[in-house]
Amino acid sequence: MKPVFMTYTRKDLINLTVCMVLSVLIIPTFIKTEYWYTSILIPWLCLALATIGQQIVMGYTGQLALGAAGFMAAGAFAMFNLILRVPDLGFVGSLIVSGLIAAAFGILFGLPSLKVRGIYLMVATLASQFFIIWMIDKFGWFKNYDSSGIITAQDIVILGKPFTTPLAMYFVCLAVTTILTLLAMNMARGSTGRNWMAVRDMDIAAESMGVSLLRTKVQAFAISAFYCGVAGALFAFCYLKSLEPVAFDIKLSFKILFMCILGGLGTINGAFIGAAFILLFPVLLNAIGNNVFHGAIDATIISSIEQVIFGLLMIVFMIYEPLGMAKLWENLKQIIKLKLSSSRIKGAKSSALNK
Amino acid sequence: MAYERKFKIGKPILEVNNISLSFGGVKAITDTSFNVLEHEVRAIIGPNGAGKSSMLNCINGIYKPQQGTVSFRGQQIPNITPNIMAQMGLSRTFQNLALFKRMSVLDNILVGRKLHTKTNFLEVALQLPKVKKEEKLNRERSEEIISFLEIEDIKDTPVGKLPYGLQKKVELGRALATDSTIILLDEPMAGMNVEEKRDMCRFILKVNDELGTTMVLIEHDMGVVMDISDRVVVLDYGKVIGDGTPDEVRSNQKVIDAYLGVEH
Repeated sequence: MKPVFMTYTRKDLINLTVCMVLSVLIIPTFIKTEYWYTSILIPWLCLALATIGQQIVMGYTGQLALGAAGFMAAGAFAMFNLILRVPDLGFVGSLIVSGLIAAAFGILFGLPSLKVRGIYLMVATLASQFFIIWMIDKFGWFKNYDSSGIITAQDIVILGKPFTTPLAMYFVCLAVTTILTLLAMNMARGSTGRNWMAVRDMDIAAESMGVSLLRTKVQAFAISAFYCGVAGALFAFCYLKSLEPVAFDIKLSFKILFMCILGGLGTINGAFIGAAFILLFPVLLNAIGNNVFHGAIDATIISSIEQVIFGLLMIVFMIYEPLGMAKLWENLKQIIKLKLSSSRIKGAKSSALNK
Repeated sequence: MAYERKFKIGKPILEVNNISLSFGGVKAITDTSFNVLEHEVRAIIGPNGAGKSSMLNCINGIYKPQQGTVSFRGQQIPNITPNIMAQMGLSRTFQNLALFKRMSVLDNILVGRKLHTKTNFLEVALQLPKVKKEEKLNRERSEEIISFLEIEDIKDTPVGKLPYGLQKKVELGRALATDSTIILLDEPMAGMNVEEKRDMCRFILKVNDELGTTMVLIEHDMGVVMDISDRVVVLDYGKVIGDGTPDEVRSNQKVIDAYLGVEH
């Protein structure tokens, strides 16, 4: 069989088909409650997209950066202003341009990575987080001089058709996320990804092979910020349906960082696993609190427990499985495969003996 | 050597002129000059701390010497960086192994093809036909190198998991993948057993013979150096104390003194 893309094996195509059937056919047919779309699936897709951005700069290029939410804010407010001021651009056009605006910020705040590394770079990139939020708050123009502080996001209209129901918005997020995930996979597996990883693993050797550190690092920051920007725009327009700088504070940056690390550094599917875990875990805890303890535990205590468990998990993963949940998932598949093949061998042996 | 070489030793391709390098008050290299001829195997030897690795790092642009110049094909290079040297056709391996540990052997060697990769990230993201064509060519060349070095069975293993001797081979492969005219080898045989050393010598000579690649190598094992190199330069305390064919160097009194010690 000749694969569609050279970089894809048959296994990838099967995985892709399964994911597409699941998300396009099965989920919309069986899940009817709006809650699932508005509170779980849409934010999951948006945050997974932002986590892919974080993966590119941190997991693949090895640059500790902490400012994903800042770039998301840049994307979200760029989107708002583009739809408001340049309506001819349309939704998709605005989405791309707002990603590019976020990418410009990414280039600007990625430049320190040439001189500082590790934890110092993390502190330097925090500047993006605070600067972008400050800029939006300071200059009324970005919020169209709205005094209330929270602006309602415009309705999504693509090719003259409104996308306002939760299901329609889910499909918008799904389409954007799918396309960008495929592009990220192509880059990660191709020469671009190899350059990123070479810089991550041994920068002097990479430079001696002709990989330009400046270009590679800045490129990674730009692409990462593009992904975060698009994710931020979708997050504001499909999930929050409003724009306020507070929604993109440092806590969100940390959340994305956790998703990245728990999911597995240097993996694309880890971004989805990590995002799902961090989003669903509080839901699960709440459900346990309500159904097992019948509300005997206070909601604030539950949210504190949530923080404690996240912290613990981070430590445990850092020590025992730095490659995160994506690696655990791989290991699990390996074990199942081994079990299956060994039982098959046993079965063959016993049938041979019986004869 | 008795056999007929396909690539005759030619004009000087790399010239090191009056290089001095110091770290604070410590002088690593003092006023050192030597040259490397095209298609030859040139060895740099010397006791520990003689400044051999520092010399390679100066040629490659990792260290910036306080004085002196490096010329490539008769052209003086003003602002040497590892990247510029790579583009001019000079590639290298490192003393303490500088492989991309979490990447597979094949991917490591593919990074060596970087300068033969002209497509940008957008084209890669969209997997345009020309990206596929280029990737196919690069993969074919990498596979060729892998089979040349006889490491086909480990090509998908992350290099961090390989034993030392094999990692050294992979590093040579990565340098070869650049199709450079000069390869600098920093102790390619350190820590290897006799069999691995013999293999490595065979590869170095084969590359030099078949591709005409100029080889500059640092080595401690005197037997190996004398066997495979055309000319040897001997450094001691950052100065050249001997330069010539293995036989000349072997009979040089200063070299004998530096290696065996002198009575005071």
